[in-house]
Amino acid sequence: MAKVLVVTSGKGGVGKTTTTAALGAALAQAGKSVAVVDFDVGLRNLDLVMGAERRVVYDLINVVNGDAKLSQALIRDKRLDKLHLLPASQTRDKDALTDAGVARVMDELREKFDWVICDSPAGIERGATLAMRHADVAVVVTNPEVSSVRDSDRIIGLLDSKTLKAERGETMEKHLILTRYDPARADRGDMLKIEDVLEILSIPLLAIIPESMEVLRASNVGCPVTLNNPLCAPARAYTDAVRRLNGDAVPMSVPTDKKSFLDKLFTRRAA
Amino acid sequence: MSLLNMFNRRGSAPVARDRLQLILAHERAGVGGSDLVMVLREEILAVIAKHVEVNSDKVQIRLDRGQDMSTLDIDIELPLTPAKAGGRAGELKTKAAKLAAA
Repeated sequence: MAKVLVVTSGKGGVGKTTTTAALGAALAQAGKSVAVVDFDVGLRNLDLVMGAERRVVYDLINVVNGDAKLSQALIRDKRLDKLHLLPASQTRDKDALTDAGVARVMDELREKFDWVICDSPAGIERGATLAMRHADVAVVVTNPEVSSVRDSDRIIGLLDSKTLKAERGETMEKHLILTRYDPARADRGDMLKIEDVLEILSIPLLAIIPESMEVLRASNVGCPVTLNNPLCAPARAYTDAVRRLNGDAVPMSVPTDKKSFLDKLFTRRAA
Repeated sequence: MSLLNMFNRRGSAPVARDRLQLILAHERAGVGGSDLVMVLREEILAVIAKHVEVNSDKVQIRLDRGQDMSTLDIDIELPLTPAKAGGRAGELKTKAAKLAAA
């Protein structure tokens, strides 16, 4: 029986899709069978970040409507056998998703996989509430930036009220992933500190993803960052996050990329 | 940036541009009218379903959208005895019977 995890944030552009792809790939790399599901109906992007955009035949709405079987719509990753993608529809709108239809598809996914990771759309409307509705665990993605933290607080409120778990009177397990963190700027006092964000949101920290060009590089080529360059700082941070999700006690750190002599030379010139 | 990347000046951005150009060309073509590949998929399956009982569990469809050419790969497991063949033979018989009466 799978664990259903929702990756959510409220604010757009903070790294939900990057995080979904990275966590999904890292779990599959650890030997788990994984389905990543794109709930951003009308604006799908998980397929692009995963490099499967040319292979999409059916999507979530086709499966919800019964036009296609789940097995036909799932796209198996070419690099990782255990990683599967269920894309969102690009042409329909979010109203095409019925509550009952989504519930049926989620049940079917639970039977087939160890982990089901739902990539939530930005915002707090139907698409976002549907993505979190069936979750057992939530990962809230936040940038150390005022509007992102405020929106995350709003989303945490929804996780505690609009989900099946909340309606059953259970507590939703919530984790924070802080993305685009720059220790140097935080040290200079120009970026919210980790402790500040944690104090405001008061949910446990799952990982700190440092600001890194490796994230853009991975999305450029359509490969989850943990797979594209497993040794880079963000990949190590996501891999540690997955180990923590699986119950390992991994000390928290902000991974950094070692800078070579040439790198330092170039950074100085650029600055 | 590693030493390797320094010599590889192309970087990942051109890959991103190529991927976007390809997928956007397909998506723009799909706006308004239907995507040709999707229409073909539906019609091919409909034709096959006329003659054989197609178990939709036994149909796998793979697609690879390319620059100049896309590949649509439909993999259908046909049953040993086509279920609809009996029905079709029956229809032919009734037709023959009518002709004889006339």
